[in-house]
Amino acid sequence: MNAPLLKVDGLKKSYGAILAVSGVSFEVMPGEIFGVIGPNGSGKTTMFNSVLGQITPDAGSIELNGRNITGLSPLQLNQRGVGRTFQTLQVFGKMTVRDNLIVAAQEHKGSMWSRMFAPGDSGLGAKADALIDQFRIRHVADKKAGELSYGQQKLVDIAMAFMSEPDLVLLDEPCAGVNPSLVGGISTLLKDLNKAGGNDGAKHRSFIVIEHNMDFVMDLCHRIMVMVEGTVMAIGTPAEIRGNKQVLDAYLGS
Amino acid sequence: MTDFLQLFLSGLATGSIYAVAALGFTLLWQASGTINFAQGEFVMLPAFIMLGFNAIGAPLVVSFVLTCGVAVLVLGWGFKRGIADPLLRFGMMPIVVATIGLAIAMRSGVRAGFSAEAHPFPSLFADKLFNIAGVTVTLADIGTLALSLMLVLGTQAFLAKTVTGRAMQAVAQNTDSATVLGINVPRMIFYTFAVNALLACAAALLVTPTYLAKFDMGESLGNKAFFAAIIGGFNNSRGALLGGLIVGVCENLAAAYISPTYKDAVALVIFMLVILFKPQGLLGKKAERKV
Amino acid sequence: MKKPQLLIGLVALVVLLAGPPFLKNYGIYLVSYWLVFVLANMGLNLTVGYAGQKSLGHAAFFGIGAYTVAIIMKAGFSFWLGLPVAAVGCFVIGLALGFPALRVQTIYLAFATLGFNTAVWLVMRNEEWLTGGTFGINNVARPGLFGLSLDSNLSYYYFVLGVTLLMGLLLWGLVRSPWGKAFTALRDNPIRAESLGVNIQAYTLLSFAIGAVYAGVAGALFASLVQFIEPAPFTVGASIMMYLMVVVGGPGYFFGPLLGSAVGVLLPEWLRFAQAWYLFVFGASVVVLMLWLPDGLLSIPDRIKARRLSREASAARAAAAKSIGAAA
Repeated sequence: MNAPLLKVDGLKKSYGAILAVSGVSFEVMPGEIFGVIGPNGSGKTTMFNSVLGQITPDAGSIELNGRNITGLSPLQLNQRGVGRTFQTLQVFGKMTVRDNLIVAAQEHKGSMWSRMFAPGDSGLGAKADALIDQFRIRHVADKKAGELSYGQQKLVDIAMAFMSEPDLVLLDEPCAGVNPSLVGGISTLLKDLNKAGGNDGAKHRSFIVIEHNMDFVMDLCHRIMVMVEGTVMAIGTPAEIRGNKQVLDAYLGS
Repeated sequence: MTDFLQLFLSGLATGSIYAVAALGFTLLWQASGTINFAQGEFVMLPAFIMLGFNAIGAPLVVSFVLTCGVAVLVLGWGFKRGIADPLLRFGMMPIVVATIGLAIAMRSGVRAGFSAEAHPFPSLFADKLFNIAGVTVTLADIGTLALSLMLVLGTQAFLAKTVTGRAMQAVAQNTDSATVLGINVPRMIFYTFAVNALLACAAALLVTPTYLAKFDMGESLGNKAFFAAIIGGFNNSRGALLGGLIVGVCENLAAAYISPTYKDAVALVIFMLVILFKPQGLLGKKAERKV
Repeated sequence: MKKPQLLIGLVALVVLLAGPPFLKNYGIYLVSYWLVFVLANMGLNLTVGYAGQKSLGHAAFFGIGAYTVAIIMKAGFSFWLGLPVAAVGCFVIGLALGFPALRVQTIYLAFATLGFNTAVWLVMRNEEWLTGGTFGINNVARPGLFGLSLDSNLSYYYFVLGVTLLMGLLLWGLVRSPWGKAFTALRDNPIRAESLGVNIQAYTLLSFAIGAVYAGVAGALFASLVQFIEPAPFTVGASIMMYLMVVVGGPGYFFGPLLGSAVGVLLPEWLRFAQAWYLFVFGASVVVLMLWLPDGLLSIPDRIKARRLSREASAARAAAAKSIGAAA
């Protein structure tokens, strides 16, 4: 039995009188695609932001590869191999698509001082091109990211998270606002990217995916966690979750 | 002791005028994100317009009312449609620079087009002195303080208690939500610009008798209003009042007890101290770093 | 660098090298004055234009550079000691000024930089034992370079040009390196940038520090140019004018400061023919310029391109609609 890549234990976070997350615990194994579903307000985003260092939890611990990462900043987490996409698009609108990808990984190459003398693309041009081809956005690669359609920007947004080859990627509603015809493409892309190695070539990358699109989640994820009102209702395989009566009553309906 | 009280009271009077100008400035920022570097000139221009109406025979109060009308049209509507609306969506930089240019243009325009001299300005108040508990105060000081306080508190009451006022506040806090609630956002923003123009006219009426009407009177006044607004708290209308009064009083005391050359530096020093220790201003709320 | 840019750059360089000997003494002095501001504003363009910070206190660094050289030379030391001291001093102070930037946002950061400028100006005005107070420091000499005297306006001009070109090249290299993208990321989306590993705190501090160095070196050159240093050119008003120059030229465009400083320094001179109205024309021009080109003068090529692209897209849509209509 492998050691878990990510271990979250007893996470708690309140906003004033509102208990957004109360006692959430789960593990993500290396190479696993771990889905998180639940109604709005169930605390998914708060849990996400706690793992990502955007907010500090009131209680609980988060461990990555056995090392405590609770309360670290997003910057430190990225340096430790954690990547993320954002629910609302967050691309650099005034830079070209290619430059967006380059900047997504350039801070991992060398030190700040060596980067002063490095070439403009930090030697990442080939890798950026490879991702551009994999995501099939070659035809817009030299346009400013702000000029792309929503779906195209979403692809850039996801591609950026993978440029630095993180071990763990957190995807916040990757299908939100996306044309249904594109959803299948995103699912295939994520499956391919999951099979590619992390920094340690032996492992595969792990994902945590928040999504509301049930078909997408059931098809993509190895295991799914259901959150309701700040607590974990169930964790299991897609089949187990689909058959879980509590979950059906609370969230999925019949 | 009586000297101190005298200085204190006249400082309150001057400070209350700064508060009036600062209030307009703060409201403009809250409602539309406009930083008006020409606020001082917005006080200077009405002063000259009032002089103009006065010169053709209108009594002071009538001149004031007529000027208010002109100000709302030009400094309210004209400024909003001509400069603020086109530029606000480009961020802070263009509007800051445009108002800097506007200030230079207004100042130099009055100087070249009208006069570089300082002109006397009739006072609302007769030249009377009062003696209260051994302290000598002028009628002008008391009158100015009373009128300014009425204006500032009246504006705040208007914003807090009337339907229009509350709609204006809603627009200031969250433009998108206000639109969804059916509030006519552009009109509310216009009202804010209009209120600013009216406050500037009032400040002109109260301050020019002492300062005299000169093309560059807006520079120093604009600076003081700016600092007063920041000292009091830029995201809080009550801050404008507190900031203005503090600057007015400290200036007077510093000029008398330290040296007259320090008068202008006082606002700067208080400003610096506030920025160092409480950057959101004395009454301001801490602006959180948004995630 | 694209071909048209390179060509314009070369032409400009030739004009700058060969032109001044044909100007009168005052003209040469004026062009030197302009170049000094170009240098200072290159720094402000980095802080404000590339890194997206708010800095309304740039003239303070300009003044620190100028006073450093003036004071050091008055104490009997060489200009060549004053220049590096000014540069290093401004770097350190610029770093220190960056710290409030980490804690306060946008408008409050602007106020903090104003406060800083105010503090520095007050020291300049009041600490007579150090700065000569309002009387300033006069008779600041011009340096000698490898035995050559730089006393004449023309020779000092070439010196200023040389320093500006050198520092301009360094800045060009910096902006073309990964640092340039990091600054832009910091400006356009600091949260995303941070989640991608961009150390936004370090880059914020450095954007202030490097910008300050440029102003400090410019100030050092300014001291020996005007040869009389007093607090007046280093007020908050001066900072605001520098900010105006950067925004008018085009924030985030490399050559923006060249145009912006020309507007700020040279335009008022050229408008003197309008006599009493020249400042009014200047102020009104700035307003009109901002309304027409909110992104600055150098955004003109981008706007033309955008308009052409949108016209092409409209034409393509019209053609497609016609062909569908014809088929129906």
